[in-house]
Amino acid sequence: MTDLTSLTLAEARDGLATKSFTAIELTDAHLAAIERARVLNAYVQETPERARAMAREADARIAAGAGGPLNGIPLGVKDLFATEGTRTTACSQILDDFKPPYESTVTSRLWRDGAVMLGKLNNDEFAMGSSNETSHFGPVLNPWRRQGSDAKLVPGGSSGGSASAVAAGLCLGATATDTGGSIRQPAAFTGTVGIKPTYGRCSRWGIVAFASSLDQAGPIARTVRDTAILLRSMAGHDPKDTTSVDRDVPDYEAAVGKSVKGMKIGLPREYRLEGMPAEIERLWTQGAEWLKAAGAELVEVSLPHTKYALPAYYIVAPAEASSNLARYDGVRYGARAEGRNIVEMYENTRAKGFGAEVRRRIMIGTYVLSAGYYDAYYLRAQKVRTLIKKDFEDCYAAGVDAILTPATPTAAFGIGEKAGSDPIEMYLNDVFTVTANMAGLPGIAVPAGRDAHGLPLGLQLIGRPFDEETLLSLGEIVEQAAGHFTPEVWW
Amino acid sequence: MNAPVKPSNLIKGATGEWEMVIGLEVHAQVTSNAKLFSGASTAFGGEPNSHVSLVDAAMPGMLPVINEECVRQAVRTGLGLNARINLRSVFDRKNYFYPDLPQGYQISQYKSPIVGEGEVVVDLADGASITVGIERLHLEQDAGKSLHDQHADMSAIDLNRSGVALMEIVSKPDMRSSEQARAYVTKLRTILRYLGTCDGDMEKGSLRADVNVSVRRPGEPFGTRCEIKNVNSIRFIGQAIEHEARRQIGILEDGGSIDQETRLFDPDKGETRAMRSKEEAHDYRYFPDPDLLPLEFSQDFVEALKADLPELPDQKKTRFIGDFGLTPYDAAVLVGEHESANFYEAVLAGLANARRDGKLAANWVINELFGRLNKESRSIAESPVSASQLAAIVDLIGEGTISGKIAKDLFEIVWTEGGDPRALVEARGMKQVTDMGAIEKAVDDIVAANPDKAAQVRDKPQMIGWFVGQVMKASGGKANPQAVNDLLKTKLGL
Repeated sequence: MTDLTSLTLAEARDGLATKSFTAIELTDAHLAAIERARVLNAYVQETPERARAMAREADARIAAGAGGPLNGIPLGVKDLFATEGTRTTACSQILDDFKPPYESTVTSRLWRDGAVMLGKLNNDEFAMGSSNETSHFGPVLNPWRRQGSDAKLVPGGSSGGSASAVAAGLCLGATATDTGGSIRQPAAFTGTVGIKPTYGRCSRWGIVAFASSLDQAGPIARTVRDTAILLRSMAGHDPKDTTSVDRDVPDYEAAVGKSVKGMKIGLPREYRLEGMPAEIERLWTQGAEWLKAAGAELVEVSLPHTKYALPAYYIVAPAEASSNLARYDGVRYGARAEGRNIVEMYENTRAKGFGAEVRRRIMIGTYVLSAGYYDAYYLRAQKVRTLIKKDFEDCYAAGVDAILTPATPTAAFGIGEKAGSDPIEMYLNDVFTVTANMAGLPGIAVPAGRDAHGLPLGLQLIGRPFDEETLLSLGEIVEQAAGHFTPEVWW
Repeated sequence: MNAPVKPSNLIKGATGEWEMVIGLEVHAQVTSNAKLFSGASTAFGGEPNSHVSLVDAAMPGMLPVINEECVRQAVRTGLGLNARINLRSVFDRKNYFYPDLPQGYQISQYKSPIVGEGEVVVDLADGASITVGIERLHLEQDAGKSLHDQHADMSAIDLNRSGVALMEIVSKPDMRSSEQARAYVTKLRTILRYLGTCDGDMEKGSLRADVNVSVRRPGEPFGTRCEIKNVNSIRFIGQAIEHEARRQIGILEDGGSIDQETRLFDPDKGETRAMRSKEEAHDYRYFPDPDLLPLEFSQDFVEALKADLPELPDQKKTRFIGDFGLTPYDAAVLVGEHESANFYEAVLAGLANARRDGKLAANWVINELFGRLNKESRSIAESPVSASQLAAIVDLIGEGTISGKIAKDLFEIVWTEGGDPRALVEARGMKQVTDMGAIEKAVDDIVAANPDKAAQVRDKPQMIGWFVGQVMKASGGKANPQAVNDLLKTKLGL
C-alpha cells in the first residue's frame, strides 16, 4: 500500500470511494505521521480518539453508500476555530484551557460533509504574526530546510501550523485564516496552496476574532484542486454572521482545469519593489509566461495606492484587535491573574496572558482610536482603504480578470531571524498580501518555483469579488507548470 | 435656544435671579422578547445568568446579529416623537472595561443614530404647555449587573440584562425648571407606553435618566453643565435638579466656577455628589463596529410602521375634547396613563349614546371610579367595577332611569357586590319616579304639612331646596329632581 499521507485530498477521496483503503486506515496513517513529526510543533493538540471515532463513522457511511463530499478526509484545524469540547486557545496563554461549548460554522460544515478532525494546529498568538513565533505553544518548524543546511526555518504565519502540517503530510488539508496574508504567506513558505476567499464568503462565527473587517477563513492544501474541494464545504451564508454573504456556493472543483484562454492578467507595476530579490522577479516573470502560454493576455496595470496599504493595514487591524481582545479580561473564562482590585486583576491578567506582539498591537490600536488621534490615523486609514479598493475596481472595470503578483518578498527565513528585531521588518512580509484583505478580495498563493537554496516560492493571484473560480483555474496553470513541492523528510 | 424667560421659573439667589437650563438623556428599555443582538430572553427577574447567550457572555468568536423587532420599536418611537427617521445608521463600539460589560465595549450608535431631531409637547400643571426638542434617539446595549453583596471580598456578575436593547433619547436643553423636566419625562413615558415600545417601569429600571443641569443669569449664554447619572424616578429627577441648581448657584454666587463633571444623586440625602471630573472622563475610543453592517431600511418600511401606529396621547386628548366636550383638564387626566384612556374608551364603547353621555362618563371615570381606586390604592386592572358596568350606570343616568344620587348608591352596590346595574335597578326598585301624579301628590303633602315654611319661601326663594329635599326623601330618592323642582315652583307660586 502506498503511503496514505502522501496522497492528495482528491486522491484520498477517490481511494475511499473505490474502497482501496478505509477511512480509519487513512486517519491512522495521519495520526502516526503526526506522532513522528512532533518536532515540527505543528499540532498544539492531537485529538486521536475523536479522529478515530469520526473515521469509523465515515466508514459506516461508506458501507451504507452514503457520505458527504469530504467523507473520511482527515484535516487539521487552526486553533483559532472554536471546536466544541476541544481546547481552543488561539495559541494564547490568556485562553488557558478554554473548551468552547460550540463549534465554529466553518468546521461544522466540514464535519457535516464527513471530514475527520485530527487535532488543533499551531498559529501565531491571536493570528498576530508572520512567522508563527508568537504562539504561546512555541514556534512551528517549516518542514523545508535550505539545501545542505539544518537551520530551522519558520513556516510563515499566522497559519504556520496549518501550512507546516499540510506540507509535511500531517493532514490532507487544514483550515486557516487570513487577516493580512496569514493563509497565503505560510502557503508560499511551505510549498502549499492557500486561498483566502472574498470577505463574506466564509462565516466568521466561532473563529476567534483578530480584525473583524479583514479576517477571513480559507483552506491550505497540497494542490489547487484540494483547496477547491475544501472551500466548497467551508463557504456559504451564515445568518449568525451578518457580514457573510448570501450567495450560492459554486462547485469550485469544476473551475480547476478550466481553460484560461483570453483571460486578461494584470501585472501591477507598484508591486515591483525596490530591492526585490532577482529570484522573486524571475519567478513573477516565469508565472506570467506560463499564463500567457495557456492563452491568457498579460497587461501592465497600476494600483497607485499600494504603498499605503501596509501602513494603513497596521492601523486598521490593531484598532479592531484592541477592541476585539478586550473581552479577555479574566472575568468569565480563560486565565486570571488575581489583583487587589478589579483594575489590578485586569492589568495582571492581560499583562501575563498576552504575549509581547499582542500587547504591542493592542497598544497601537488603542492609541490610533484615542480622542485626538482617531481622525489622523483610523479615519485616514479607512480612507486609504477605500482608495485601495477603488484601485482594484478600476482595474477590473478595465477588463482585467485577475492580478498576478509574488506572494512574499522572500522565501522562508530562519527561526529567530526576524523576531525580536524591528517589528516593521516582520510586518514587511505581508506587503503583497494585505491589499487583498484591505479590499476584501480573494487571493490564492500557489507554489511556483524555488529560491537559490531550494526553498519554495509562491505566486499570488488576486481576483474579482466572489470570483474564486478564476483564481483556481489560473492557479492550476501555475501548478501544472511548476510541479508539486514536497519537502524531504528529516524529522 | 433662548425662549422668553418665564419669571416664575427663576430662582432667587443672594445676588439676584438665576435660570436653570436642563437637558435629559433618557434610557428606555425596548419592549422586545429577545436582546438587541442575541436571541436571549429579556424577561425581568430571572435567576442570575439564566438569560445569557454565548453572544451576551462575549465568548470568543461570537458575533452580534441585529434583532429587527428592536429596530422597528426604535422607528415607532421616533415616529411617536415626530422625529426624523434615518434610513441609514451605524453601530459603533464604545470601549471601556467593566466586569459587567463582557465584550469590553458597548455596541451603541455614536455619529449616525437611527432617529434624528423631533419634539414633544409637554403639558404643565398651570395649563400651559412647552415644546421640548429631541436631539436624537439611538439604540444601544444595556450592561449586566455587578452584585457586591454576595461574597465577603468578591463581586458577582449577573449578565441577564447584558445586551438588552435600550433607546437613549436625548433632549435638547429646552427645560427651565424641575417641574418642566418632570413633566417631560412623564410625557415621554406616556408616549412610550402608548407606542408599546417601552413599559416605562422605573422601578424595574426600564426607564432611567441622565440629567444635565446648568444655571445662568436670565438672557445670558449657557453655563457649564453637570451631568447627574442614572436617576431612576420622576420624583428623584425633580429633587436632583433642585439640589444641583442650588449647589451651582451657591458656588457661582461665592465667586467660584462650575467644573464640568459627572455626578450621582443620593436619594437618601437628597443631594448630588461628584463621581468623576472631565479630566477623569473615559476615552471611549468609538469606532464603527466591524461586525455589523450599517443599518439600512427603506422609506416603505417606515411608512408601514407609521400606518400601524396607535393613537397617541395628544391626538386622543384632542378627540376627547372635540367629540365629547371634555374639559382639557379631564381629557389630560384620562390620556395621561394609557390604562386610564383605555378604560375610558371601553366605557365609551359600552354606552348606548356616547355622544350624549361621553362627558358624563368622563366625570364618572375620573371622580367616582379613579377617586375610589385611589382611596383604596388599587390599580385600574384591579377595579371591581368593569368598564361595561360603569357604562351601564352612565346609560341609566343618561336615559333618566336613575338620578345621579341613586347612581352613586348603585355604584356602591356594584363595587361591593357586583352584578348587572340595570338588573339591580329593577330588582331593588331604584328607578326614578317620573309618574307626575305620584310626584304631585308628594309635593302637595309636603306643602300642606308645612304651611309656615311655604309662607317663608315666598320671601326667600332659595328655601325651595328644603322642599326638594323633603320630596326626594319621601320618594326614597327616586323622584326626578328636575320634575320636583318645577312642580314646587308652580305650587309655591315662585
